[in-house]
Amino acid sequence: MSTLYDEIQVMRAEYPESRSAVMPALQLAQERNGGWLSEQAFRDVAEALDLTPATCLSIASFYDMFRLEPVGERVIEVCTNISCGLRGAQQVVEAFERELGQSAGETTDEFTLRTVECLGGCGWATIVAIDNRHRLNVQAGDVPRIVAELRGIEWEEPDGDLDA
Amino acid sequence: MATSTPEIVFAGTDGGALTEIADYEAVGGFQALARVRAMAPDDVIAELKASNLRGRGGAFFPTGLKWSFVPKPDKLDKPHYLVINADESEPGTFKDREIMLRVPFRFLEGALIAAHAIESTHVFIYIRGEYEAEYEVLVASLEQMRAKDILGDVAITVHRGAGAYICGEETALLESLEGKRGQPRTKPPFPAVAGAYASPTAVNNVESITTATSVMELGGAEYATLGTESSTGTRVFSLSGNIVNGGNYELPHGYPLRDLINVQGGGIADGRALKAVIPGGSSTVILTADEANRVTLDFDSLVGAGTAIGSAAVIVIDDRCCMVQLAVRVSQFYQHESCGKCTPCRVGTKWLTTILRKIEDGHGTQADMDLLVSVAERINGKCLCPLGDSDAIAVMSYFDKFRDEFQAHVDEGGCPYHGSSSLDALLAPVAMHIHASPHGEAIDGLVSV
Repeated sequence: MSTLYDEIQVMRAEYPESRSAVMPALQLAQERNGGWLSEQAFRDVAEALDLTPATCLSIASFYDMFRLEPVGERVIEVCTNISCGLRGAQQVVEAFERELGQSAGETTDEFTLRTVECLGGCGWATIVAIDNRHRLNVQAGDVPRIVAELRGIEWEEPDGDLDA
Repeated sequence: MATSTPEIVFAGTDGGALTEIADYEAVGGFQALARVRAMAPDDVIAELKASNLRGRGGAFFPTGLKWSFVPKPDKLDKPHYLVINADESEPGTFKDREIMLRVPFRFLEGALIAAHAIESTHVFIYIRGEYEAEYEVLVASLEQMRAKDILGDVAITVHRGAGAYICGEETALLESLEGKRGQPRTKPPFPAVAGAYASPTAVNNVESITTATSVMELGGAEYATLGTESSTGTRVFSLSGNIVNGGNYELPHGYPLRDLINVQGGGIADGRALKAVIPGGSSTVILTADEANRVTLDFDSLVGAGTAIGSAAVIVIDDRCCMVQLAVRVSQFYQHESCGKCTPCRVGTKWLTTILRKIEDGHGTQADMDLLVSVAERINGKCLCPLGDSDAIAVMSYFDKFRDEFQAHVDEGGCPYHGSSSLDALLAPVAMHIHASPHGEAIDGLVSV
């Protein structure tokens, strides 16, 4: 398996200027580092692109999908923008809080639970992203089943999984 | 899709997806590209101009005209770039994702047509990071096209965003593509002259590019017979909110909004009454139920009603929604997504949220109502991009059209819905960050959270 450094060199070649590869490089580094960007991850990306770690951090801190702190094994994100909100997104958030025993914004070893801005699935509210895969038409009543599934307890696949 | 109207963008899908190249070729795929490649670039642009196709991202700028602004290579000896905006993030909008999932080849064929028209050999598709399945479909589709040598000398790079609404603004998108924080640039220079890597660049929306394929198949004049005179062709409307059948509906421009809701969408959900409609994404001016029943879905009708077709994202709101809560949530979004570059937006969106929150919580006074208007006026038109304006314009439209509800909050010292509004206690990400912060409350107006 090629190293992070080598893979970033391949990304560099896709662009007229190598700095353009910083976002894909950070995405790859985050994926390889358990879903978040550590100081070492920034040093690795910086070295591969001839940038400074501070420059890489300044970019990562701008974007919502780069995580600067450790995340749980599974990341659950509930859209609470207006279209989902009108269809009961808050009840979905609260159902996850109850099932997981943690507040939105909190991380445990097992789960990170957050609310997020519009995920672009407004007509299929409420949208819940689990590890960046979108579940559609989620209602509060579906949440116990989803959490059981994530914990590895046998359940049928919920309906309405666009990305399956 | 419950529609008997002509399909342009989704033609040949029969409700499904054309993700195998043979299936796309079986419905005539890539024939337009073959013809286009034998044409002079200017003739392609002329065909687009004849179609009067206008940008589907929200600004409704004529696509052919935009391409004509890109200097000819002999006038400006730099690489030319086509950058496709697939950073769909305007709340209410989810059409481009369905286009990429169901007709990826029609979209990519359009990209090659546009590249030919502006004489570019490098196309970037900037797709929002949250669209992972869509990214995979594009990558797989490009593999199939490479295997059949359809790309020719054109390189197509799919570049993933990482969660920033502002990157849908074209110059912020270009900054982000160049590996920087996604903050808008001053204009001029415009991207057509100095866009990506300071080189001539056309930036187009996914649906515009996909439709360009159909324009070249049908011919510009034929395409222009669909829709209305000033808003030609079809549009993929994203229908959401308190509606029975939410989803995307491809319909000709000029279709009555009332029929989109009642005929296509199956009416208001849960037997409730229509209260208001946001017609073109969360940035657009709200329509009351009466206004919504009178307009048609095209540029002129919506401008005539004081709003805009925007990204064609129709958000239906029923009578359970408190308009102050709606304003709070919309303002929280823009506050969260402000890039921080221009002070009126960075500070103003925070202040709009703070004042609206105060009114919703029952602590608002008459002076706060005046302050709200004053802050909105101090954002509007004073920034590099329209993000702050969007907050001010949207919130002020709720304030103007539902003034009684705002007044009732002040008069009664609380929300007249008493906890029964559909948006009650909705936890916005911007509030979650404060809630979860170990350092306590942010300082009003100083800390952008």
